[in-house]
Amino acid sequence: MNKLELQKCANEVRKGIVTAVHSAKAGHPGGSLSAADIFTYLYFEEMNIDPKNPDKEDRDRFVLSKGHTAPGLYSAMANRGYFPVEDLTTLRKLGSYLQGHPSIHIPGVDMSSGSLGQGISAAVGMALSAKLRGCDYRTYTLLGDGEIQEGQVWEAAMFAGHRKLDNLVVIVDNNGLQIDGSVADVCSPYPIDKKFEAFNFHVINIDGHDFDAIKAAFDEAKATKGQPTAIICKTVKGKGVSFMENNVSWHGTAPNDEQYAQAMADLEKIGAELEKAGE
Amino acid sequence: MADVKKIATRESYGNALTELAEEFPNLVVLDADLAAATKTGIFKKAYPDRHIDCGIAECNMMGIAAGLATTGMIPFVSSFAMFAAGRAYEQVRNSVGYPELNVKIGATHAGITVGEDGATHQCNEDLALMRTIPGMVVMCPSDDIEAKAAVRAAIEHDGPVYIRFGRAAVPVINDKPDYKFEIGKGTIIREGKDVTIVATGICVDSAIGAAEKLAADGIDAEVINICTIKPLDEDLIIASAKKTGKVVTVEEHSVIGGLGSAVCDCLSAKLPTVVKKIGMQDMFGESGSAGALVAKYGLDAEGVYQSVKAFV
Repeated sequence: MNKLELQKCANEVRKGIVTAVHSAKAGHPGGSLSAADIFTYLYFEEMNIDPKNPDKEDRDRFVLSKGHTAPGLYSAMANRGYFPVEDLTTLRKLGSYLQGHPSIHIPGVDMSSGSLGQGISAAVGMALSAKLRGCDYRTYTLLGDGEIQEGQVWEAAMFAGHRKLDNLVVIVDNNGLQIDGSVADVCSPYPIDKKFEAFNFHVINIDGHDFDAIKAAFDEAKATKGQPTAIICKTVKGKGVSFMENNVSWHGTAPNDEQYAQAMADLEKIGAELEKAGE
Repeated sequence: MADVKKIATRESYGNALTELAEEFPNLVVLDADLAAATKTGIFKKAYPDRHIDCGIAECNMMGIAAGLATTGMIPFVSSFAMFAAGRAYEQVRNSVGYPELNVKIGATHAGITVGEDGATHQCNEDLALMRTIPGMVVMCPSDDIEAKAAVRAAIEHDGPVYIRFGRAAVPVINDKPDYKFEIGKGTIIREGKDVTIVATGICVDSAIGAAEKLAADGIDAEVINICTIKPLDEDLIIASAKKTGKVVTVEEHSVIGGLGSAVCDCLSAKLPTVVKKIGMQDMFGESGSAGALVAKYGLDAEGVYQSVKAFV
């Protein structure tokens, strides 16, 4: 996909996020929208995966360590063809396979996650397994910038750096906000890059909404040998929906009908602009 | 008795892993800087490439094991019970139990027989914690033979398993030609009609000793060895309770949530019976030798004898 196609695709992923959370009347739109471009790039460009064969042995692995942004993961996966996009409206409902947080029992989901700090360790285990068995697949994990306040994240980082797991990419969605406010005010994780560097990671800082930068970062990660890579993505929480952007109250709140209409109108407008840009 | 062979079940654990390594090439062992104490060091010496020291970071170790298991490996995660079941409880629940991953937890230094290290390291709560996790198999072997059999059974079982091992050397009691091990099956060590003593782990030996003393007083005790706390061999316990009408449980664990509670859960629903629970009575342990502690807290043969005698 070229950059414009990726942007259009990410916009569809965002529509799916807003639609799923609105239907569920609960969920986490802010951090799903901030990571939508990352989800899109991973599922449509970067990872060696096959939606028709979700368990294939040599697939790349992905663990959504910030599991509360499951709507973003599910929407990317649905748009990629793992399951029908229409199923997104069953999110969080009794009997649906689309659980509030990722479950390993969903086709294509490599690990249950959502208790913060735990997903990265599982991802490290997957990367370690590839090294032990001589497999070529790569492992990706996405963390929140609030999540990295969890001590287990740094246990995992220490191990990954120590073991030189160059088949592992840790992505941090640095949208700057957590439930109780700005991450800088609550308990600052900054400088995030220096911390990962100290644990022997190759660190890349990018704008997490710029597909050129995202591509360059993942290419650089692939070329990096002898150490894991951390990609720190500066993002906007709620990206794409005007009234949700940089507004912490949309961390874990669902839009009502009126707000949903407004959000979809915002995204339709972005979509129309992208169409125009392509003409 | 100096002529009785004694071995700590943690030693059995390290030996069993090493003996089974060739047969099960996907088996890997993780430890958190305690390989010398958990005895996974025996495995490390033989298979250094399959032993992963995670450093002193048990929560991460549990998650790494989960990740390894998603790729078809069979990881044994080793630490002291306090850290494997206690510190990493939520990792076991959410990263191993909920995704139903094939992770085996080999927890050593359980209970008060940790001894001199004292209460911070004496985990009397692990069986309770692990029992609450859906799908988790929970085992507490009584001796070398049972410990090794439990390790093999854990590998052959598809799903999460918690096995509790001890620090102190304990007598070998299962060296019988017809000995068979099966997850979820208890064994009658001694038949009797007056009272049922259900024991697990090191307390099986105490129960046997207590039964001998009770016999001298004319009390005929049935002794049941329960290695698998979950799933519990309910049929065996119900049949024995039906016969004797009185049940005593003995464990090197809190009386809250462990074997005693498991037996009560079963009997209260299916055959209401008065049950006496012998174990740590809602209290912490303390420093001392293993033998002195077991005697002080009434978990040796004499202590069990006194409690059962008072009960019947």
